[in-house]
Amino acid sequence: MSKYNVIGTRVHRVDGPDKVTGKAKYTFDMVLPNMLYGKILRSPHPHAKILSIDTSQAEKLIGVKGIVTGKDTLGKKQGIWRRFPELCDEEMICRSKVRYIGDPVAAVAAVDEDTAAEALDLIEVEYELLPAVFDPLDAIKEDAPQVHEGVELNINVTRHIEWGDVDEAFKQCDLVREDHFRCSSQAHVCMETHDAIASFDHSGKLTVWTSTQAAYYMQVLLADMLGLREGDVRVIKPPTGGGFGSKFELDSAQFCASLLSMKLCQPVKIVFTREEEFTASKRRTPMIYYTKLGAKKDGTLLAKEVRVITEGGAYTSMGATALYLTGFFSSFPYKYPNYRYDGYRAYTNTAPTSAMRGFGAPQAVFVGESQIDMMAEELGIDPVEIRRRNGMTPNYEVPGQANIQSCGLHQCLDKIEEHIKQRGKLPPNRGIGIAAYGFMSGGIFNWFDTPYAFSAAVVRINIDGKVDLFTGACDIGQGSDTTLSMICAEELGVRLDDIRIHAADTGICPPDLGAWGSRETLMNGNAVKMAAADAKRQLLEFAGAKMGANIVYDLDIKDRWVHLVDRPQKGLSYFDVVKEAIRGKDGEAIMGRGHYTPHRKGMISPAYSFGVQAAEVEVDPETGRYKLVNVTTAHESGTVINPVGIEGQLEGAIMMAGGYGFCEDQPMDNGKILNPSIGDYKLIRSLDMPETKILEIDTYEPEGPFGAKEAGEGLTNPTAGAIGNAIYKAVGVRIHDLPITPEKVFRALRAKEQARSSK
Amino acid sequence: MKKELKLTVNGQPYELYVKPGTLLVEVLRNELDLTGTKRGCESASCGACTVSLNGMAVKSCTILALQADGGDILTIEGLAKGTELHPLQKAFLDHGALQCGFCTSGMLMSAAGLFHEKPTPTLDEIKEAIDGNICRCTGYNSIIRALSAVARGEYKEQR
Repeated sequence: MSKYNVIGTRVHRVDGPDKVTGKAKYTFDMVLPNMLYGKILRSPHPHAKILSIDTSQAEKLIGVKGIVTGKDTLGKKQGIWRRFPELCDEEMICRSKVRYIGDPVAAVAAVDEDTAAEALDLIEVEYELLPAVFDPLDAIKEDAPQVHEGVELNINVTRHIEWGDVDEAFKQCDLVREDHFRCSSQAHVCMETHDAIASFDHSGKLTVWTSTQAAYYMQVLLADMLGLREGDVRVIKPPTGGGFGSKFELDSAQFCASLLSMKLCQPVKIVFTREEEFTASKRRTPMIYYTKLGAKKDGTLLAKEVRVITEGGAYTSMGATALYLTGFFSSFPYKYPNYRYDGYRAYTNTAPTSAMRGFGAPQAVFVGESQIDMMAEELGIDPVEIRRRNGMTPNYEVPGQANIQSCGLHQCLDKIEEHIKQRGKLPPNRGIGIAAYGFMSGGIFNWFDTPYAFSAAVVRINIDGKVDLFTGACDIGQGSDTTLSMICAEELGVRLDDIRIHAADTGICPPDLGAWGSRETLMNGNAVKMAAADAKRQLLEFAGAKMGANIVYDLDIKDRWVHLVDRPQKGLSYFDVVKEAIRGKDGEAIMGRGHYTPHRKGMISPAYSFGVQAAEVEVDPETGRYKLVNVTTAHESGTVINPVGIEGQLEGAIMMAGGYGFCEDQPMDNGKILNPSIGDYKLIRSLDMPETKILEIDTYEPEGPFGAKEAGEGLTNPTAGAIGNAIYKAVGVRIHDLPITPEKVFRALRAKEQARSSK
Repeated sequence: MKKELKLTVNGQPYELYVKPGTLLVEVLRNELDLTGTKRGCESASCGACTVSLNGMAVKSCTILALQADGGDILTIEGLAKGTELHPLQKAFLDHGALQCGFCTSGMLMSAAGLFHEKPTPTLDEIKEAIDGNICRCTGYNSIIRALSAVARGEYKEQR
């Protein structure tokens, strides 16, 4: 029998009934009395000075209630890296210069969306076009146009990571490989586009309902950009239709709706069109990789050197973090004794690049896992074996960077090896490729400079035993409301339906940094567990007194039964204890508080997940077309809190990461994204989806709640690399740039054939 | 010039006046406040707006409201009968076939259309029926498992 009653069980999502019946009200669905509709005018030019804006014709249009331009703002620039003011570089409405096609220049509020859209056409903006730069390798040339004044060579951020003696180590290697890769961009494609309803009232308070991954960040950033006190800004996250990294920065829907509402004292709603979602929200960071890997004959990896240049787009956004993490995760999941990373993020006149699920790691893993397979082949070593020889193990310290506690990489490798054996001899043009990976369970870095704990929770037990759980965690679909309710119920010793969660409303919930960096299960989970333990302790004090138990006995609560741990049959009903405890506290409900901030856990994350994935492809050598047949993953997340949730994360990651490897891309022409619609942007659909299999690995993470760690983003890391390696196994061609389209496979096959016939 | 439109939605007859260019999805969401039906694109390519029109799954953003005049429409709000969830809804909950939930209404209505036509669809028919519905969260396989369980008769309608 499991020692747990709630965690590890298969439950319905707590928000499931509302979502399957259509009752769940997203920001997209909400209508407030007297509400206006806003639209944003965006730059059609990649780089231009704004000479003048004439809104007079638009103002005359019947139904238009207000127009704002950069002149109506405080003239501030914002960003998430608030510890570094020079990296807060984004105006929410441009005042004097636009830097990409989609940069906001004005916003209109009108009685309906059609009127607002019509008004946009009547706003006259006079631009002076400036030379623009699109490719990061062009942007860092001496004579390149400057995207931001005073930023030398358009280099926005640099990152350096180093340990050991890399140059000396390469001299000792039997084999050194140098390779070059390019990783493409990717759109998040949240099914609910960015949207917000802002309502400013005459008492000076602003309430914003918005589709966000970080309600607390939005509260702080809106207050700062609008000149309000944080406490006068309340951000509420209704059910949210996906985020994937695109919704934890301040966006123009939130800002423009708020600014217009402050001007008009009426609620204003702005919803991004799908085209705006593709062109004017952020996207995965494209990266150019130069990587050098050195090994001994026996496959021991001695040194790795990585240089990366990323296409930053027009603003810093979270791209600085992606630059850092791609460097850190390029060393994963191996024990390199010597490692050096230099990353450069270049400003370009393209849509800003930022966080997307995996946050720089999918790029690192595609490159690293392609190269390690190439190395293994050249050394004549099996791909599983080379990974086993160098893979991280529990309690490994990444020199000067990170302390890894739990690590199940070797179990994952064993399981995947077994899986490959079971598949037996494959028919021609079929291949299985593998990729190993690891990921963080939330970031330790506090570039946002919050003075609050990273996560916090409050538990209130009411007279009927029902528990209100207050947390700032943001459920964007990944299921944190369910997982955190499960943690609360388990710790308190009640049932899941005893919990009612209130999340992501800055007016009533404690601050939380939000749903990014795979942080909610570990960080918010720890806060919730602590709050529940605090509340439980108060109940047990009453129960202990009531039962007159010898004080050497421990009490606990399981499944609503308050009892002696050593004599579980001796106890009291949870409901009775709650009633008496509240009476005994002079009628005060039982309140428990918890918080979590990682301490003494290195620089990156308090815990890391690990895994190995095997992708099987079948290639048509005539056309280069290929099919993803099967994707099998051995992933370890520590203790599994919510098994249904983890399955969903895993399979969903394969759709998204498989898309990154296979078909998703954002081609551009002079800074213009050419496929800004769901019809033109190719996504994996149900008929393309491979068979998926999960191989369970048991680990226990001492830092996590009940031993749990992340299961959200890490799963996005391996698939592109595994596909690349599978294609090579199937037909012997290596694709160095993402996505691995059938066309690229076809061309590589032809090139290979020509090379053979010309010999 | 607005025109008269008669519709039955979830068993309830309505008489409305709409502009000729109004889409069915706009009438459902904006006039009848049935916001369970979503919109995820402007190119009829995501399936989030799928409803059942005279028993057939249709994308309600591809139909002018007036084209549906006299039609019998079922939206996600009409799928459950009172407190009793529809078998498809139960199967979705059991199999974790939803995450953010924004595609879920359309996904369920596409499935309802399939089961209306074929009570015991094959695996390929299930995959084809939802191929027009984009889900960015689940990777589809949990949805396919849920629908397969319904096709196997594991969820009997209790009516």
